[in-house]
Amino acid sequence: MSAAYPTTWRKPPQMIQSRGWRIALAIGAIAYLVLAIGSVEINWTRVIAGMERAQRFVAGFLQPDFTTRWRDISNGLMESLTMTFTSTVVGVLISIPIGVGAARNVAPQWVYYICRSIIAISRALQEIIVAIFFVALFGFGAFAGFLTLTFATIGFIGKLLAEDIEDIDEAQAEAIRATGASWLQLINYAIQPQVMPRLIGLSLYRLDINFRESAVIGIVGAGGIGAALNTSLSRYEYSSAGAILLIIIAIVMVSEYSSGYLRKWVK
Amino acid sequence: MSIASADPPIWQHRTPRKRLLLWVGWLACVALFVWCWERMTQRTIWAFVWDAPNAAADIGSRAFPPRWSYMERLWGPLWDTINIATLGTLLGIAMAVPLAFLAASNTTPSRWILRPLALFIIVASRSINSLIWALLLVSILGPGILAGILAIALRSIGFIGKLLYEAIEETDISQVEAITATGASQAQILTYGIVPQVLPAFYGISVFRWDINIRESAILGLVGAGGIGAQLNASLNTLAWPQVSLIILVILGTVVVSEWVSAKVRHAVI
Amino acid sequence: MLRIEGLTKTYKTGDKALSDVSFEAPQGQVIGLIGPSGAGKSTLIRCINRLVEPSSGAVWLNDINLAALRTGELRRARRRIGMIFQEYALVERLTVMENVLSGRLGYVGFWRSFTRRYPGADIANAYRLLDRVGLMAHADKRADALSGGQRQRVGIARALAQDPELLLIDEPTASLDPKTSRQIMRLIVEICRERTLPAIINIHDVVLAQQFSDRIIGLQSGRMVFDGPPSGLTEAVLTQIYGEEDWTAMRKGASDEADAEAEEKAQTEQMLRAL
Repeated sequence: MSAAYPTTWRKPPQMIQSRGWRIALAIGAIAYLVLAIGSVEINWTRVIAGMERAQRFVAGFLQPDFTTRWRDISNGLMESLTMTFTSTVVGVLISIPIGVGAARNVAPQWVYYICRSIIAISRALQEIIVAIFFVALFGFGAFAGFLTLTFATIGFIGKLLAEDIEDIDEAQAEAIRATGASWLQLINYAIQPQVMPRLIGLSLYRLDINFRESAVIGIVGAGGIGAALNTSLSRYEYSSAGAILLIIIAIVMVSEYSSGYLRKWVK
Repeated sequence: MSIASADPPIWQHRTPRKRLLLWVGWLACVALFVWCWERMTQRTIWAFVWDAPNAAADIGSRAFPPRWSYMERLWGPLWDTINIATLGTLLGIAMAVPLAFLAASNTTPSRWILRPLALFIIVASRSINSLIWALLLVSILGPGILAGILAIALRSIGFIGKLLYEAIEETDISQVEAITATGASQAQILTYGIVPQVLPAFYGISVFRWDINIRESAILGLVGAGGIGAQLNASLNTLAWPQVSLIILVILGTVVVSEWVSAKVRHAVI
Repeated sequence: MLRIEGLTKTYKTGDKALSDVSFEAPQGQVIGLIGPSGAGKSTLIRCINRLVEPSSGAVWLNDINLAALRTGELRRARRRIGMIFQEYALVERLTVMENVLSGRLGYVGFWRSFTRRYPGADIANAYRLLDRVGLMAHADKRADALSGGQRQRVGIARALAQDPELLLIDEPTASLDPKTSRQIMRLIVEICRERTLPAIINIHDVVLAQQFSDRIIGLQSGRMVFDGPPSGLTEAVLTQIYGEEDWTAMRKGASDEADAEAEEKAQTEQMLRAL
């Protein structure tokens, strides 16, 4: 009775329609994987020797030593925290005009291109590379770190802010324009109320990221807790390193929870 | 005439109490900022800072033009860099996916033991930058690509795991309910009810992370974890600025290409 | 045959959603379950296949008490109970065919379902069902590419693919326009007739319920306040269920709609033949 209906069914391909392309892509992917994995050289004797260190690291992580290097740790931590806060504040303040300028719907063409290229440069350059340059220019220490993080914040917030402004509800902007408002009034009445909660959220998020980055740029000499971490690792003092890592994780967790809480409160 | 003697109501944006609180809040922020600034710049040598424009001009004049002939020695490290990013991302995905299902409140098999553990692993992995992971792994495994791949993988777990478990938690419950009502087993509910819903997010997240990983793997060589960063480090140590500028151009080029690829793929998926 | 005895559901919050509901659903009877929102209609339907756990009472389906089954047995029992959902509840990103085949999940093993290698008979049956609901041409489309009415047809086909002994239908027309609602209701009733399936349709539209069901059960705050033929739905009864309202206005609209409906029916049949 049911013979009239087919008894087999195959799922039609979802993404790539042509069979030839699918096979070619699969072969290409496998060939790449073979080549890539082949290029990984593993020095097994070194790895086995490293296992003992790995054990010591895990032990250090489980029994962290906060006391021996407490001075380095607390100094580094203080630098990291102050650097994080100041760079986020300054970065956000600078990124607001740049973000507004990079929004197609409110800025004139030439401003748009200038602001977009500032954002592009800031985003394309890795924090570490920027930090290396600022250290070369401004000397070792937290000031170079502060500039690095500020620079990175501008690209991050500027881009997201510009996208938000471009996504705003045109009807509200239209309504304000219809009242004969000036450009500044337009920004103040139509754009700011719509974008403000997002901007606060983004700033808190960036605060979080900046703290994590501040732990890294110390490795290239830009101040912060990363320097202490680098020292303790290069001296194989794994229990101090474990302590520093635990502090970083704890601060990130706290800041994540509190920023989630704050963001809810702002809305 | 005397009827309107009562004061007309004055429209105010906020109540006085709220305004006061707002002012106090702003003041506290400014005070905190000033204090932080003082602390941070305690050890800054301002002579260096004022001299920075000259230093910048000096480095700039030495760095240009880039030494193009150095390019032939960069192809190998560039290939390594891409491999570190790609293999690291794949390894990270392989570890992050099961973790995400353990961490999502609607798919976790044990709410009080495995879920907090998975969440902790995700937070720990996210808190620690790949450069720090690399530092650690180089000190354990010795320098080389392997340390780089593992560093990228360990950092990717947290990122992919977090975004993926949030996607799992946001799945439409009615689709899951419908599959449950057909008498499907737990594994079937997972593969029919939840996986199709999170698949686009999964592809998007993975490609996005790969794009980030290309950037990060370019600098891992600074701490000895292989890739083009090693050349950057060597050139910086010998103050070979024309080489440095070339390397940075190469890194920028790679980043632009990887961002383009990732945007294309994400566009195709979503 | 379905028999419900003293079904009660009290939520953790203390809200009593169902209290002491008992009735019997003989073979082939379409029961319309009406009542205001929050009366417990949805809870009642979900207590039958235990998407919601009943607090007490028994649900007998052919001499098995569903309320007392353990997990594995419950899965086996669920595969014989088809369910059709409000908002369709299709897996949006799978194809129409996969959605229909997902009705067989309880019958095939994990690997078969994972690799989509269903038995030939299941696939032929799925095609037959798609043909029955008029969607033969859409088998390979993704579910989210279909219109609301088409999606609900896929939902019906999925429920029928389970080869059910009972259909549970939760607000099948809640997100459809009036014309499509009627088409879907008619399809459901026809199918129940063909297979002599008992069905419980939870529906808030009294006119639709009256027109398409053999029997009406009225719920009010978790209690059965009416059980009888559609013709027994007098204004007094409706007022008891829903509270005070002018019911005559609604009835008048219904007769107008009936005319338009006959015209539509011809039209859709034409369209279906063209597919």
